[in-house]
Amino acid sequence: MAKTILTADDSASMRQMVTFTLKGAGYEVVEAVDGKDGLSMISQSKVDMIITDLNMPNMDGIEMIRNVRTMPQYKFIPIILLTTESQDGKKKEGKAAGATGWITKPFKPEQLLAVVKKVLK
Amino acid sequence: MDVQRQAFKEEAYELLAELETSLLELEETPDDMEQIGRVFRAMHTIKGSGAMFGFEDIADFTHNVETVFDQVRGGSIRVTRELVNLTLSARDHIKDLLDEGGGADEIKANGIIVSLRNLLVQDDADEEAEAEALPEIVHAEPAVPGPVVTCRIRFRPAPDIFASGTNPLLLLNELREMGECSVTAHTEDIPPLKDLDPEACYIFWDIILTTSHGTNAIKDVFIFVLDDCELTIDIVDDGERVVDGAHPDRLGEILVRRGDLSDKHLQKALESQDRLGEILIKEKTASRAAVVSALAEQEQVKKRIAQRKETAVSTSIRVPADKLDQLVDLVGELVTVQARLSEKAATETDADLVAIAEEVEMLTGGLRDNAMSIRMLQIGTTFSNFKRLVRDLSGELGKKIELTTTGGDTELDKTVIERLKDPLVHIIRNSIDHGIESPDVRKAAGKPETGTIHLKAQHSGANVLIEISDNGKGIDAEVIRQKATEKGIIPIDADLSEREVLNLIFSPGFSTASKVTDLSGRGVGMDVVKNSIEALRGSIELVSRKGEGTTITLKLPLTLAIIDGLLVTIGGDYFVLPLASVDECVELPRNRDEKRNGRNILNVRGEIVPFIRLRKEYGIQVDRPELEHVVIMETNGKRVGFVVDHVIGGHQTVIKNLGSAFKKARDISGATILGDGTVALIIDVNKILDF
Repeated sequence: MAKTILTADDSASMRQMVTFTLKGAGYEVVEAVDGKDGLSMISQSKVDMIITDLNMPNMDGIEMIRNVRTMPQYKFIPIILLTTESQDGKKKEGKAAGATGWITKPFKPEQLLAVVKKVLK
Repeated sequence: MDVQRQAFKEEAYELLAELETSLLELEETPDDMEQIGRVFRAMHTIKGSGAMFGFEDIADFTHNVETVFDQVRGGSIRVTRELVNLTLSARDHIKDLLDEGGGADEIKANGIIVSLRNLLVQDDADEEAEAEALPEIVHAEPAVPGPVVTCRIRFRPAPDIFASGTNPLLLLNELREMGECSVTAHTEDIPPLKDLDPEACYIFWDIILTTSHGTNAIKDVFIFVLDDCELTIDIVDDGERVVDGAHPDRLGEILVRRGDLSDKHLQKALESQDRLGEILIKEKTASRAAVVSALAEQEQVKKRIAQRKETAVSTSIRVPADKLDQLVDLVGELVTVQARLSEKAATETDADLVAIAEEVEMLTGGLRDNAMSIRMLQIGTTFSNFKRLVRDLSGELGKKIELTTTGGDTELDKTVIERLKDPLVHIIRNSIDHGIESPDVRKAAGKPETGTIHLKAQHSGANVLIEISDNGKGIDAEVIRQKATEKGIIPIDADLSEREVLNLIFSPGFSTASKVTDLSGRGVGMDVVKNSIEALRGSIELVSRKGEGTTITLKLPLTLAIIDGLLVTIGGDYFVLPLASVDECVELPRNRDEKRNGRNILNVRGEIVPFIRLRKEYGIQVDRPELEHVVIMETNGKRVGFVVDHVIGGHQTVIKNLGSAFKKARDISGATILGDGTVALIIDVNKILDF
């Protein structure tokens, strides 16, 4: 069965790009517009991995990761944080919150797939 | 991507509209953190997504505004009327850039950037954060594989590694994909069940990896966990140590060097008689996993050194070439005599004689293979000679060309290599002269300025394939067709496939060079190349795509002196067909012709195979037997049948030249002497098909 990945991003064009790339590689994708939306989506149906943007309204990526890790069923799933170059400190903060890894924008579709392959069984 | 660019633009316009509203509200309530956050996020999204979808100018410009608002968010800059004004003009500039109508004013933009930077509060912490920037996944496949090294990797993840969603097994799998890899898990730290935290990682691993990817690529595997693990990578074999006196490190040495065992314990253990590893485990001075892992390292390094030893020794004696030629001649004679002996023994009842004959046959086979292999040379030296040729000629023509080679270690008979050189020079010259375009033409066509000619050699059964490919302009089949029609090589209405048309350039008198240069167009065409290759009992094949390049493949026999042949008879005469190209033999009933109205076509398991009657070809008048045989051979990618009377079987064929008296016998490539002294002719399959 295809693995399901949640992508949380307030930018529609980013969501579209991530979804397009992952679906092309055979993954199922669900989209959320911010951290809060993401949390409610994953509590309704199970996902196997989360790719989240850092800066989002309502709830940002790092807070979302902290919340996800408190949910027993998501304690160990891979979570990838999308950041920009200027936010190296944020990567560490994200890591401390429970992120598995990170991708820096801008990235190419192949890079996204390489990282997904790296962390998702 | 265009759809995605469009999606980004729509989104950015929306964000800019929101941004305007937020900024105006912010002017009224400068301390509204929510509005500040909104402005920051809008800028952040425009920057991040802009860079993703190719709007680098927008991303670069927006970065400045984002930086300022990051500090506003952090409380180090206050919102003022000036800041709002500046941000509003920045917003307008981003909109101009998005419109792509050329309305963007660069001077004004620089003014905005300068004013924004002046607002920034210098923050040392920022610089510090940049200094220890975290590594990035660049998804780098090394273009050129480095030297093959063997590394010992110890990977000890932090106990809480699972909490970040990391699966260490996936990392180990990634290493396994990089080369020969043995993994040993150390389980000695696992506590008794009552103390065990099921969510902690107690295991660590020793990995012995032989890879050409380099240590940086190994580190990249662990990129996300570098801060959460102990990782040591040691090169235990650098790929150069050869055996001269050196031996792979002993188990004890490895354990001591790693710090898994003290020197004192090692010495004590060595004094006992048991195997070292067993003692250490028994005495609990080293864990079982440590010993198993050290043994794996020893094994892997030993193997690598042994491989190198083989290659190092193979180049040690120099012998004059004519001695080798003589040796092969003598072996040839011996093979002939041995065939006679075997034939004689087959009719005798003396068991001893039969046994001796069989043994001689076996030994002769071994001697023959050995003598042949001595004459084998690596084609790499010939390949590297062309580097200079390409360099000089491309310089003369003002072209940029790089020569790359693979399979230089492929071995071919010395004579074949010698006689291959001229045809190769001609083909490469053609590529330089007509194939690779000049740098500006290449650039205009969207190709890299430097063209590539690639030489590749590889084994394919009893043949060696040599491929000469370039990424030049390719050959236009239509031009070839026109030229061939003009020169009367083909009739104007000839119905030829593209492949057949392209292969017309091997026809005598064909040359498409529009001007005569020093290089090719010296009156020697590709037909001469084809003849030289066929004289080596090889074949030539050309594939080309207009605009993409041309590939010429030469298929050559491994050796010229002795071949494996298939012995057949036609009307009492013996003939030999080269066994390497024989696909299968089928029967041909005599009454078949009536059924097919005399057409020479055979149905082999649903496949239509044309055939040639060798009896007719050689004008043999003797009556046909009741049941004929068809030997189906593959040549130039086609299957063709040859009808013979009887198939006798495999035959070690020592090739003798026919001599100048038979120069005109074009479809016979030589002769061989059978065990009873009869002469059998060797059929040149390619030549027959040419007529």
